[in-house]
Amino acid sequence: MSDTGRGDLLLEVRNLQVHFYLFEGVVQAVNDVSFDVHRGRTLGIIGESGSGKSVSAQSVMGIVPSPPAKQLAGEIRLHRATPDGGIETVDLGRLDPRGQEYRDVRGGEIGMIFQEPMTSFSPLHTVGDQIGEAILLHIPDSTPQSARERTVDLLRRVGIPRPDRAVDAYPHELSGGMRQRAMIAMALSCDPALLIADEPTTALDVTIEAQILELIQELQDDLNMAIIYISHDLAVVGGVADEVMVMYLGLVMEHADAETIFDEPLHPYTRALWQSIPKIDGPLEQLVPISGNIPSPFAVHRGCPFYARCTERIQGVCDESPPPMLEPRPGHTVRCFLYADDVDLAANGATGE
Amino acid sequence: MVAYIVRRSVMLIPILVLISLVSFAIIELPPGDWVTYQIENLRASGIELNEDEAERLVKMYGFDQPAWKRYIRWMRGILFKFNFGWSFQWGKTVNELLGERLPLTLVISISALIVSWIIAIPIGIYSATHQYSVLDYIFTFFGFLGLTIPTFLLAMVLAWYIFKLTEFAPLGLFSIEYMDEPMSMEKFIDMLKHLVLPLIIIGLNGTGALIRVMRGNLLDELKKQYVITARAKGVNEMQLLFKYPVRMSMNPVISTIGWILPGIFSGEVLVSLVLGLQTTGPLLLRAVLAQDMFLAGSIVMILSVLTVIGTLLSDILLAALDPRIRYSAAAAR
Amino acid sequence: MTASTEVFEEVLVADQADQDDRFYYASQWSLIWWRFRRHRVAMVSTVLLLLLYLLAVLPGFFSPYLPSTRFESYQEAPPVRLHWMDKSSEGGGFIGPHYYGYEKTLNKETFKYEFEPILDNPIRLRLFAPGSEYTIVGDWTSTIHFFGTDVEEPPPFMLFGADRLGRDLLSRTLYGARISLSIGLIGVALSLILGVILGGISGYFGGLIDEVIQRLIDFLISIPQIPLWMALSAALPRDWPVLKTYFAITIILSILGWTGLARVVRGKLLSLREEDYAMAAKAAGTGESRIIFKHLLPGFTSHLIVTVTLAVPTMILAETALSFLGLGIQPPAVSWGTLLQDAQDIVAIAQHPHQLIPAAWVMAAVLLFNNVGDGLRDAADPYSDH
Repeated sequence: MSDTGRGDLLLEVRNLQVHFYLFEGVVQAVNDVSFDVHRGRTLGIIGESGSGKSVSAQSVMGIVPSPPAKQLAGEIRLHRATPDGGIETVDLGRLDPRGQEYRDVRGGEIGMIFQEPMTSFSPLHTVGDQIGEAILLHIPDSTPQSARERTVDLLRRVGIPRPDRAVDAYPHELSGGMRQRAMIAMALSCDPALLIADEPTTALDVTIEAQILELIQELQDDLNMAIIYISHDLAVVGGVADEVMVMYLGLVMEHADAETIFDEPLHPYTRALWQSIPKIDGPLEQLVPISGNIPSPFAVHRGCPFYARCTERIQGVCDESPPPMLEPRPGHTVRCFLYADDVDLAANGATGE
Repeated sequence: MVAYIVRRSVMLIPILVLISLVSFAIIELPPGDWVTYQIENLRASGIELNEDEAERLVKMYGFDQPAWKRYIRWMRGILFKFNFGWSFQWGKTVNELLGERLPLTLVISISALIVSWIIAIPIGIYSATHQYSVLDYIFTFFGFLGLTIPTFLLAMVLAWYIFKLTEFAPLGLFSIEYMDEPMSMEKFIDMLKHLVLPLIIIGLNGTGALIRVMRGNLLDELKKQYVITARAKGVNEMQLLFKYPVRMSMNPVISTIGWILPGIFSGEVLVSLVLGLQTTGPLLLRAVLAQDMFLAGSIVMILSVLTVIGTLLSDILLAALDPRIRYSAAAAR
Repeated sequence: MTASTEVFEEVLVADQADQDDRFYYASQWSLIWWRFRRHRVAMVSTVLLLLLYLLAVLPGFFSPYLPSTRFESYQEAPPVRLHWMDKSSEGGGFIGPHYYGYEKTLNKETFKYEFEPILDNPIRLRLFAPGSEYTIVGDWTSTIHFFGTDVEEPPPFMLFGADRLGRDLLSRTLYGARISLSIGLIGVALSLILGVILGGISGYFGGLIDEVIQRLIDFLISIPQIPLWMALSAALPRDWPVLKTYFAITIILSILGWTGLARVVRGKLLSLREEDYAMAAKAAGTGESRIIFKHLLPGFTSHLIVTVTLAVPTMILAETALSFLGLGIQPPAVSWGTLLQDAQDIVAIAQHPHQLIPAAWVMAAVLLFNNVGDGLRDAADPYSDH
């Protein structure tokens, strides 16, 4: 875990709402998602597939396929450094995702690592060509020669042996772990202030996963980068994140700093998640899978989307109206009626199960 | 790379042998041996041939020997003396006849291939990047027509229609007034005018298939992760499109040469017949009708060999463009 | 699964979950039929194609004349127009379907014959009129035609015009359909037998046999078809009886036609024989051929039907091309290709464009088959790219 402490505010996402308009119906991929990212700190986003965690990150990057996706509401405020040392704020959500300004941010201020190291590189171009492309685009006054030198440095930095030869290698000549290192080199090629890592180790072996995670944290300490780390793997997120956000069907369910959310989870979904994975250090408990399936993404929920699978649901309340985002403790938010004032509950005339 | 080319060329040898066997079978196909047939023809037309002379001819062409010896004889002639045999119908060597006709066949076929690429690739790119747009539907529809409408019927209908509308007969290579003129600018332009229709019609057959291949592959490629990676680097959409997914989907297009080329040669034969172009097509028809089998067999063989060579070239081009093929070829060695 | 496709895959799963039970328990064929029915172009094409085959089965009934009947002095007469309103008097009313005879005059400037309808004598048509005797099947003959006239010695009603010898092009086109449309089916049937056997052997046994058959297919595909067909048909004696030539042509076409079908069979077999149910059958001691024909073939019959449907038009075209070149069906037998021989000369077409009518029939048949095939493909495999 990074010990840089709470740094400057880098990115503010407020009330982001992204829907996919598909032939089969509308998918509310991201609904009212807000979070902050600080320099030098790591935000972990946890969720099952379809929870909207990737779409949230892609929205920050401006690479959500549109159509069919559409950002309906929300702000994505990036507080970026200006050449003269000041800070300026841009709302990325208002920029044209294909326009020059957004393209300067992508790969420049924000770098991204993807899940599949096997398919993330074009097989027809050398690794050096593809990393150098980003450098030529974003580093002022760079030449093919300087881009190549920088690429070799980067490859060495991410621990690729013989970087002067790897730079001319084609992706299929590298192993999966090496390719992911090259991918990291590409994301870091222009000293991004924010790194988005979308399940960067899911496709890798466990030993390689550990190496990659270590590398990412090392680089974060060196560069004072902010990281958004997306994963469905709780153990991995627990290892890297300073704060954790749990998402379910496009909604943020719970958000707190990493220690709190692992030690004292509030949301029934978070608790269910915690129970469904084995712990090495904790007491030996029975693993409890979450009952039921993720509902259809097309379904529109009047109440809480987790209602059908929740063990602590309150009939007549949770299925009647959407749960509010509450803050039972400072810095710890949760979207659940269980933490609402009793008065509200009574007013709705609900009875607990 | 050199090793790859050598290996691919060696793999061709059995196919070339098969082609020569089939072509020889064609030569031998008509019932009865053709020397006897020709001798009878000569006699029927009043030319006196005595038995010794007839015997000499039978011997000369090896008809007193088994078929496999005649095959070896024929192949030896081709390989060592570049002699394809004798055309009875024309009273010339097959080489001479092919020398007159083959260049035009090649020019028309290769140009038709290029025309079909020039038409199909931009359309394929547009259709894939504007999937389900109005133009995409229109292109897909015309591609479908190109796939289904038979070339020679199209040639007939279009030639008639052009003639009806413009009084310009798109037949032959030159208009009558230029027929005996020496080559000049006007004559050259006249020739180009005559070539437009056959090129488009022959090319069109491949175009429909090519549009489908290009569109389908590009649609697949556009969904690939590396496109998103490149986008995340901040690459301009247009540059991105041509540098990555279009490059990738060109590879399957190049490998279509192998099956588009036979279609182009087939189309060329029929269209040249309809439009009266002096290529190998009409020559083949006349040879077949007159059972001038050395000529017919040689034409089939040469067209087949050209197809095989075209396929080889496309394979080599593919290896030059795709490092994965070079890599696996090197690994296999 | 990449991040961006995540949502879409969920969609498919969820969509299936929402379907009702009827869908789950429907047989493969019901599913294909339901999907095919929604494909409007393919449905219309199927109906039209069936009509076309009906015409081809009963050419004698639907055509007004025999294909060999010559109408002297009607050589290359243009199509006769069908009228509904009486033209013999000013403002003549509706008198039902009828036509007018031609008057032939020599144009003194162009030295060509011109045909002008004589408008004062309408000749009325009716359905199921008697005409010349034709054979339906074997010894079974009839004189009733689909349409005709009761007028004594009427001028010929040639809806598609006449050919060079004054024969009715409509009748000839319908009789030609019999050969052209059936040769496609029989040729494909032969190719199918070859393709299933060779592709089946190749895909099921694999190894050396597979390698040999695959190389053979590669080789056959690399030969330009038309030149090879032309050369092969050179061996057919011109004086063979029609039926013999017909079958010889069919065999020549099938020699090259089986490769595509064999590829489908092989590809599907390769993927299917790894499936559990094939393994289970093998484990139960079922014989090889029984596994192939009883267990595996039904698994891709739908794909085979699609490939076959798309192969028929290629066969029809090949026959047309060969006969057009004078290498296939020989006159006096009639096929669409032999009819088009009259249209080889563009100057002749320019003067008598109706000679191109058989070409329109060929194109229609080819397009219809392709539409049906496309619809079937979509129905058999909704997720395939095409």
